[in-house]
Amino acid sequence: MPINYYIFLAITLFCIGIVGVLTRRNAIIIFMCIELMLNAVNILLVAFSKMHYLAAATANPATNVGSEAQLFVFFIMVVAAAEVTVGLAIIVMMYRNIHSVDINFLNRLKH
Amino acid sequence: MNITEILFWFLTALAILSALMVVFSRNPVHSVLWLILVFFAISGHYIMLNAQFLAIVNLIVYAGAIMVLFLFVIMLMNMNSDSEPQKNKWLKMAGTVAGGSLLLILVAALKNSEVQYQKVEGAQGTIGLIHNLGKTLFTDYVVPFEISSVLFLSAMVGAVVIGKKD
Repeated sequence: MPINYYIFLAITLFCIGIVGVLTRRNAIIIFMCIELMLNAVNILLVAFSKMHYLAAATANPATNVGSEAQLFVFFIMVVAAAEVTVGLAIIVMMYRNIHSVDINFLNRLKH
Repeated sequence: MNITEILFWFLTALAILSALMVVFSRNPVHSVLWLILVFFAISGHYIMLNAQFLAIVNLIVYAGAIMVLFLFVIMLMNMNSDSEPQKNKWLKMAGTVAGGSLLLILVAALKNSEVQYQKVEGAQGTIGLIHNLGKTLFTDYVVPFEISSVLFLSAMVGAVVIGKKD
């Protein structure tokens, strides 16, 4: 597989996530679209890690070039899990206060 | 077309169609279910790239834990397609045009890049297996690993403090 296909797949998923953030008003859906964008970046990191491994493995078959990128994906998942817990707690608190998850009602700091 | 290419195109089409359905379905529960399908397709891509550890972690953490959390929150709020707030159609159209323009520009900028002559071979190499990743994680990346445990602890405390009824 050429690396191009993976790049275009990641770009497409990322742009779908951006369209979701821009067109929806439900806070939970916006949050899910952010998760989609994080996953698009993860695909790209794994594909580039395999690309660099393949380039390095022709010279030295025992190399482990590229394992850093996969560990970065692991840490992105760790951060995403922590982010989701705090974000959903904030959304639940917001629902308890204004009985809606519509982001257009979240303008109390403006007044 | 050999079997690898068929699988690649199938998983790509599945991921993109499910991602579109996440954005465009009106019922939030359906959005969550489509997002789980996106994560399964992405895990399939990881398996085809021989990143088996990440494929399993993606399924357990994202499809297993995070999406269940989303489903619980949606269930607690009793959301359905009737109560779904909608933007007006001009704002929706503007958002779609903005996202599509970004897609167009990124694709046009990267279409003729140097990197496109590089190949990705999924089948060879063992860097994605748990043996190699675990060794690297616990030798070179011990400090970030421990810091991430502190991050989890603070996220847990933060979620409890925010979600507490006062």
